[in-house]
Amino acid sequence: MKSSSPLKWFATREGLYYVALAVLLVVLLPLALDPFRLNMVGKYLTYAFVAIGLVMCWGKAGILSLGQGVFFGLGGYCMAMFLKLEASTPEATAIQSTPGIPDFMDWNQLTELPWFWEPFHSFSFTLLAVIGVPVLLAFVIGFAMFTRRVGGVYFAIITQAIAAILTILIIGQQGYTGGVNGITDLQTLNGWDIRTDEARTILYFVCVGMLFLCLFVARLVQNRKLGRILVAMNAQENRVRFSGYDVAAFKIFVFCLAAAFAGVGGAMFTLIVGFMSPSFIGIVASIEMVIFCALGGRLSILGAVYGALLVNAAKSGFSESFPELWPFAMGALFIGVVLAFPNGLAGLYQTYVMPLEDKIFKRNKGAQLEAKPAEKTAEPKPTAEKTPDYDPMIDSYSPEKS
Amino acid sequence: MSAAKSKSGDFLLAVEGLTVSFDGFKAVDDLSFYLDPKEIRVIIGPNGAGKTTVLDLICGKTKATSGSIKFDGKELTKLKEHQIVHSGVGRKFQTPSVFEDLTVFENLEVSYPKGHSVMGALGFKRDAEVINAVEEVAETIFLTEALNEPAASLSHGQKQWLEIGMLLIQKPDLLMLDEPVAGMSVTERKKTAELLRVITRDHTVLVIEHDMQFVGDIADRVTVMHQGKVLSEGSIEHVKSDPKVIEVYLGH
Repeated sequence: MKSSSPLKWFATREGLYYVALAVLLVVLLPLALDPFRLNMVGKYLTYAFVAIGLVMCWGKAGILSLGQGVFFGLGGYCMAMFLKLEASTPEATAIQSTPGIPDFMDWNQLTELPWFWEPFHSFSFTLLAVIGVPVLLAFVIGFAMFTRRVGGVYFAIITQAIAAILTILIIGQQGYTGGVNGITDLQTLNGWDIRTDEARTILYFVCVGMLFLCLFVARLVQNRKLGRILVAMNAQENRVRFSGYDVAAFKIFVFCLAAAFAGVGGAMFTLIVGFMSPSFIGIVASIEMVIFCALGGRLSILGAVYGALLVNAAKSGFSESFPELWPFAMGALFIGVVLAFPNGLAGLYQTYVMPLEDKIFKRNKGAQLEAKPAEKTAEPKPTAEKTPDYDPMIDSYSPEKS
Repeated sequence: MSAAKSKSGDFLLAVEGLTVSFDGFKAVDDLSFYLDPKEIRVIIGPNGAGKTTVLDLICGKTKATSGSIKFDGKELTKLKEHQIVHSGVGRKFQTPSVFEDLTVFENLEVSYPKGHSVMGALGFKRDAEVINAVEEVAETIFLTEALNEPAASLSHGQKQWLEIGMLLIQKPDLLMLDEPVAGMSVTERKKTAELLRVITRDHTVLVIEHDMQFVGDIADRVTVMHQGKVLSEGSIEHVKSDPKVIEVYLGH
C-alpha cells in the first residue's frame, strides 16, 4: 500500500492536484482577499461539502438526490441551536418575559425550552448531531426507498418533496425553529466570539481543513472495492445483485455518506455565515447544489469543489451587478453543462488541459518514466487498489460519453 | 408431498410445481424438473416458452406465485437475490452484463466472493489470494492478455466469457447460463463449448440454448419447454425424435 511512503503520493499527478487545491485555499486566497471576501469564499466552500457528497451519491452510484439541502440544513440547524442557546443566557435575555430561552421563542409565547432543544446545551452532543441527525434521516429515507427498489426519477422527486416538507415544517413551527427568519443573532462558540474578522478567518481555515478531511474520506471510498461497486451498480445493478451484493445496503451507505458530508458543510455554514434559515435548505437551494456538482464534474470530487467555488463566485458577482439576470445565467449554465460537457469542468480539464500538461512536462516525464518501472519491478503485483493508468480527475474509468 | 420431499434430497436442484403468473398469464405453469450434481442440462423451447423466466425464478429475480425450488435441500423461493448467490447459484444473463467502466481484472475482483458487505467492501484488500484467483479464472476464460483492458473494449464473445468468469470466481455449485453462444462466431462457439466442458468438471450447469448443434455437443440431458410446461425430457436423441417436440419446435 502507499502507506509505505505517504509523502510520495503528493508527487503523483493526483497528489499534485490536491496540493494545488490546498495552495489555492490555504495560501493564495487568504493572501489575496480581505477578511470579508475570504469569509464569502468560506461560505462557498461549505457548499463544496454537499457537492462532494453528490459526486459519490449521484456521479458514482447514480442516485440523484434533489434534497441535499435537507441534510445541509439539518447539520446547520444543529449547530445554530447550540450557538443560539449559548447566546440566550438568562442575563443576555433578561428583558424577555421568559429569560433564558431563545428570543424567537419568547416572541412566540413559549415559556419553556422545547425538549428537543435541551441536548443542544452540550457541545459534544451538537458535534455528534451535526453528522448523526442527517445520517439518521438519510438512513430512514434510504431504507424505505432502496429496499423497495425505488430509484431514478422517483427517488429524485421524493427527495425534492422531503426538502419542501422540511421547509414548510420549519417555517410553520416558528416558535420552535425561528420560522422563516431562521436562527439568527448567533454570537459565540464556547465563549469565543465568531463575529470578529479574526474568528472568521480562523473558521475559514477550519472549513478548509474539514473539506480536505471529507475529500480524503471520499477518495478512500472511491478507491476501495466499495467505490468500484458503486460505479458498477450505476451501470449494471442486476449484475451487482447477482454477484452476491445487497444493492440496497450499498445505496443506503452512499446516501448516508453524502448526508454526513452535507451535515458537516451545513454546520460550517452556520459558523461562517452566522445564521441559518430555511432558504438554504429548500428545493431551490437543493437544486443549486446539484448544479455545483454537475458543473464541477459529477464524477470528480475535486471538480465538485471547484464547481461550488466558481458557481457561487459567479452568483455573487452577477447578483451584485445584475441581480435579475442571475437565475437566467444559472439556468443557461446548467443547460450548457448537460448538453455540451456532461462531465463538467473536470471533464473539460481532462480533455483539453491534461494533454497540455503532458506536453509541457514531457521532458521531465522521461525521468519519471524511468523511475516508475523501477518501482514496479520492486512490486510486481498491483497492491494498491488502483489501475496503472489511474486518472485523478475522472478516476479509473473512462467517462461514459466516449 | 412427503414422497416428493425425499425425492428432492438426492438432487442438487429440485424444482417442483413451479408456477408464476403475470396478470393471469402463466409464464411458467406447474413446472417440475430435477438436476443431478455435475449434470449439464440444457433447456430448449420456442420463444415465449418460459425458459428465461425459469432462470429468473431460480435466481430470485422473479418471485414465484407457487411451487418450490430446493437447492441442496434449501428452499430458494423465500431468499433474496444476494442470499441465493451466497447459497451457490450463479446466473449469467442473456445479453452480456459486465461492468464496462471497470477493467477485466476489476470485473473479476468485484465478483470474488469476499467483502460482500458494505464494510467488507471498504476493507477489502487486493491480496495474493485474490490476484491468484483472478488470474486463474482469466486463464480459463481466455482473457489473460486482456486483464487490464476496460471491459467496454472487449468483443461480444469476450464479454460473454468474462461474465461466465465472473460466475466461476464466485465458486457456485450451480451455474445458469442464458444463451451463452448467442451472437458468437464459429471459433468462439467452439471455444465456449470447450470452456463449458472444463467448467462442468466441478459444476452443475443449467443452460438455455437454441443452437441444436451446440446443445448436442454439451448436454447430458435436455428439457424441452413449451408454454410454461415441460414438453419432453431426456437425451438429445430422445428429445429430437419425440413427435411432440418436432411438432412445436424443431419443425418437420
